[in-house]
Amino acid sequence: MSSAGKSPWLLHYNASSCNGCDIEILAALTPLYDVERFGIINTGNPAHADIFVVTGSVNEQNKEVLKNLYDQIPEPKVVLAVGICASSGGVFRDCYNVSGGVDTIIPVDVYVPGCSVRPEALIEGVVKALGVLEEKRAAVDNGGLR
Amino acid sequence: MTGKRTVVPFGPQHPVLPEPIHLDLVIEDEHVVEAIPSIGYVHRGLESLVDRREYSDFVYLAERICGICSFTHSSTFCQGVEGLMGIEVPARATYLRTMWGEYSRLHSHLLWLGLFADALGFESLFYNAWKIRESILNELEATTGGRVIQGVCKVGGVRRDVTNEFLSGMDKRLDDIEAEMQEMSKVFLSDYTLKKRLVGKGVLKTDAAYNLGAVGPVARASGLVEDVRTSGYLAYGDISFKPVTADGCDGYARCEVRCKELFQSVDIIHQIIAGMPEGDVSVPVKGNPDGEFFSRSEQPRGEVIHYLRGNGTKNLTQFRVRTPTLTNVPSLVAMLAGAELADVPQIVLTIDPCIGCMER
Ligand code: SF4
Repeated sequence: MSSAGKSPWLLHYNASSCNGCDIEILAALTPLYDVERFGIINTGNPAHADIFVVTGSVNEQNKEVLKNLYDQIPEPKVVLAVGICASSGGVFRDCYNVSGGVDTIIPVDVYVPGCSVRPEALIEGVVKALGVLEEKRAAVDNGGLR
Repeated sequence: MTGKRTVVPFGPQHPVLPEPIHLDLVIEDEHVVEAIPSIGYVHRGLESLVDRREYSDFVYLAERICGICSFTHSSTFCQGVEGLMGIEVPARATYLRTMWGEYSRLHSHLLWLGLFADALGFESLFYNAWKIRESILNELEATTGGRVIQGVCKVGGVRRDVTNEFLSGMDKRLDDIEAEMQEMSKVFLSDYTLKKRLVGKGVLKTDAAYNLGAVGPVARASGLVEDVRTSGYLAYGDISFKPVTADGCDGYARCEVRCKELFQSVDIIHQIIAGMPEGDVSVPVKGNPDGEFFSRSEQPRGEVIHYLRGNGTKNLTQFRVRTPTLTNVPSLVAMLAGAELADVPQIVLTIDPCIGCMER
């Protein structure tokens, strides 16, 4: 495992969620669930992040923001769609201002189901994401970038 | 001497903001002259779905207006439909709704206190508040099955009953929770650094609060006695309580009001448990809503209004929500004028903005 693999940082963006999933993400960071034990720290700066955690569905106004944040995260990166809203639009998919899940704008690596998502499911998703991150990193290494 | 005016953008993605809101801050030297909000990053258009979802299904959507005040939204919506259809909800159900509503307030206030501590860089206090919040969520999960989205309200009552044994156990557990909250709020109310960053910051005078229509803890921290619970909806008519107010009119006062409301909620839950009536928790519902109705509740952030109109079919014809955060945005703009740029993040937080609710 490379050094960054031991301490992946996470960037969270709320696309248009109801907050339910967001507060569960925060709960997962706090002492009871404690994803920090995997070395994960919540950062506010995309340039420092390895894992992009998105909640909520996409609409016209936030899709640029989402794309922008994604582009600012250095390779290799993993995207986690958290909650059914982020996965598919969820209960709001018929709303006039919802254009669909996060994968309509940026590629998603791991989908975490739930409405709202449970912290346990989120932890499983993050652990999966770490695996994907390792694979991507290995691919970058073999590609001779270093 | 005054400097040149500059516009500094704040948000939509910002380290202190869990949710996106954007402010254009017009600054002169280091002072904010004007703050211009722009919203719409999390707008979904949920109200428009009423014509495609039956009123009984819409309860779930109403609950997802906001994940923090989820329970209060569902109960306010049900209360509206029940008002339209003239349904008499059993007393035990109104007591249970009141209890869950107060648990929601506890978890919401603890959530805010934690996030606020985090925004000021006081991480251990953040963890402490959220640790206590987990005990509240445990009670919610044990009684409703859900941590943040409970899905327990329905038109005509509630879906689950809580046994009396469980309720008396809850009484005891609340004492422990209360002791922990006591320790925590001591820090919030007397810590030197927190005080330095709150006292005299984000001032909203009483008459300004009144004129701008502030609601909830923002209004009460400016000395206004404003609390929908005093109207006696649900079981609040049987409960003795007094709205918590403070007269500091600043960020510290808003923090103080929320800290004190924690203990008020615990007290209300104790009264609910003591007075819990026996009987059914729901009544069968027949027919469709017709006419119009305003349903009001006191959410953790202030008064919420659901407006419903039906025409005798299964679908409502109109549904509108006015949430406390939107009502408090004019007050926020007033608080920011004249503030120092470095104080903006925590002043924004002191209104406890809930954007998910505001934009739906
Ligand atoms: S998945 Fe459910 S809880 Fe999560 S943001 Fe969407 S509506 Fe809210």
